[in-house]
Amino acid sequence: MTNPSSLLGSNLRLIARLDIKGENLIKGIQLEGLRVIGSPNEYALKYYLQGADELIYMDCVASLYGRNHLSNIITAATKNIFVPITVGGGIRSINDAFNILRAGADKVAINTAAVENPSLIENISREFGSQCMVLSVEAKKVSVNKWEVYTDNGREKTGIDVVDWVKKGVDLGAGEILLTSVDKEGTRKGFDISLVKSVTDQSMVPVIASGGMGTPEDLIKAVNEGGASAVAMADILHYGRSNINDVRNTAIKAGFGVREYFVE
Amino acid sequence: MNEIVVIDYGVGNLLSVKRGLEYCGVKAIITSKPEDIINATKIILPGVGAFKNAMQSLESLGLVKVIQEVANRKIDLLGICLGMQLLLDESDEFGLTKGLGLIPGRVVAIPSKNNEGIINKIPHIGWSKLINPEENSDWNEGILKTVESGDSFYFIHSYMALTNNNKHTIAHCLYGSEKIPAVIQHNRIIGCQFHPEKSGEVGLKILREFCEF
Repeated sequence: MTNPSSLLGSNLRLIARLDIKGENLIKGIQLEGLRVIGSPNEYALKYYLQGADELIYMDCVASLYGRNHLSNIITAATKNIFVPITVGGGIRSINDAFNILRAGADKVAINTAAVENPSLIENISREFGSQCMVLSVEAKKVSVNKWEVYTDNGREKTGIDVVDWVKKGVDLGAGEILLTSVDKEGTRKGFDISLVKSVTDQSMVPVIASGGMGTPEDLIKAVNEGGASAVAMADILHYGRSNINDVRNTAIKAGFGVREYFVE
Repeated sequence: MNEIVVIDYGVGNLLSVKRGLEYCGVKAIITSKPEDIINATKIILPGVGAFKNAMQSLESLGLVKVIQEVANRKIDLLGICLGMQLLLDESDEFGLTKGLGLIPGRVVAIPSKNNEGIINKIPHIGWSKLINPEENSDWNEGILKTVESGDSFYFIHSYMALTNNNKHTIAHCLYGSEKIPAVIQHNRIIGCQFHPEKSGEVGLKILREFCEF
């Protein structure tokens, strides 16, 4: 099995993304119009058993209230889920990060608080290691090959250029980029490939493409043309339009290295 | 089976290690008390973050000598990820720092370019399968006993643990063209670069094997 050069010898990671509001797994379109899907950990366990390589839990109203409410959900998940868990939403300090890691998260994804206070990136990566510090970037297209950073789950514009921000974030110690296209999110129209490419061209750290995966085949361009190291999936899984196993098989057919996993 | 002591020195996700052990039917205690560690029969040294900070934390908790002492008593010790790297003599992460010195070797950065000049993304994050470097017989007798060819494990790291003695590296993984030590062992002291507690069922099998050692 040969890897395209964009994967650089690493296997493509297939990540299930769970957006949470209160106690519920929800899903919106372009991060708005949130609809309740069900209980987060029922879905998380299903994806784990299907062979998801990682899980991302995103508290999508946390920034509004200034804190993350996911500790209990994460602690419950660790009883029967044994893959890496990234938690984002409302993490504003070293102490917040410490608490969510203690609750069972492996990495924290930070957007709003990092934009307001970029030194938080440096402090978290120094304290817990850069592998723990995922820079979450919500990107909205402003013109051809130009995207603006949004915060507060796609609600607030910042005037900051996405590519510049990613470079700065990596310099400050971010070990990974979770790149969400606000325009494509929930639309099932495929990833914003030029966004992914613009970021991976400038980033020495792995980039997770997020937002817009409508069919398993959408991941092919994200890797071959975009240079993504991982894809995040939400809508496509939550509504049962596909499952991790089919996505994995699509990746294998496209010639990508993936984790070998056998569904029992 | 006796309980397993998981050493707490301040950082990272210790809960998942505990949960993984519980899933294997083993009681685990998370502790930073020297007296708990001195009396342990099996110890896990977890770890994420930077080598230097970790050694400083262990030092300030008075645990460096304690770990060295129990390791010399031939109890079973498993270091995970950074915990594996700490087993070696030294690391050059953020300046040369002395490690626990339980397995001869040193910790170095994963090269950011491979030998064809292609850039390696750092950190190395992802699932890789284990390779037996030179038909090392320790593979079949140790914690890898139940690992089948193709079983993949979750790695996340920027540095790698190179043992001085090839025989101490019982498995590696490939990252691009880079051979990265994945499991090291010297007597009863074992290190895993990957996270067995984060590698699904195949990872839990390794934890179970360690418990039954």
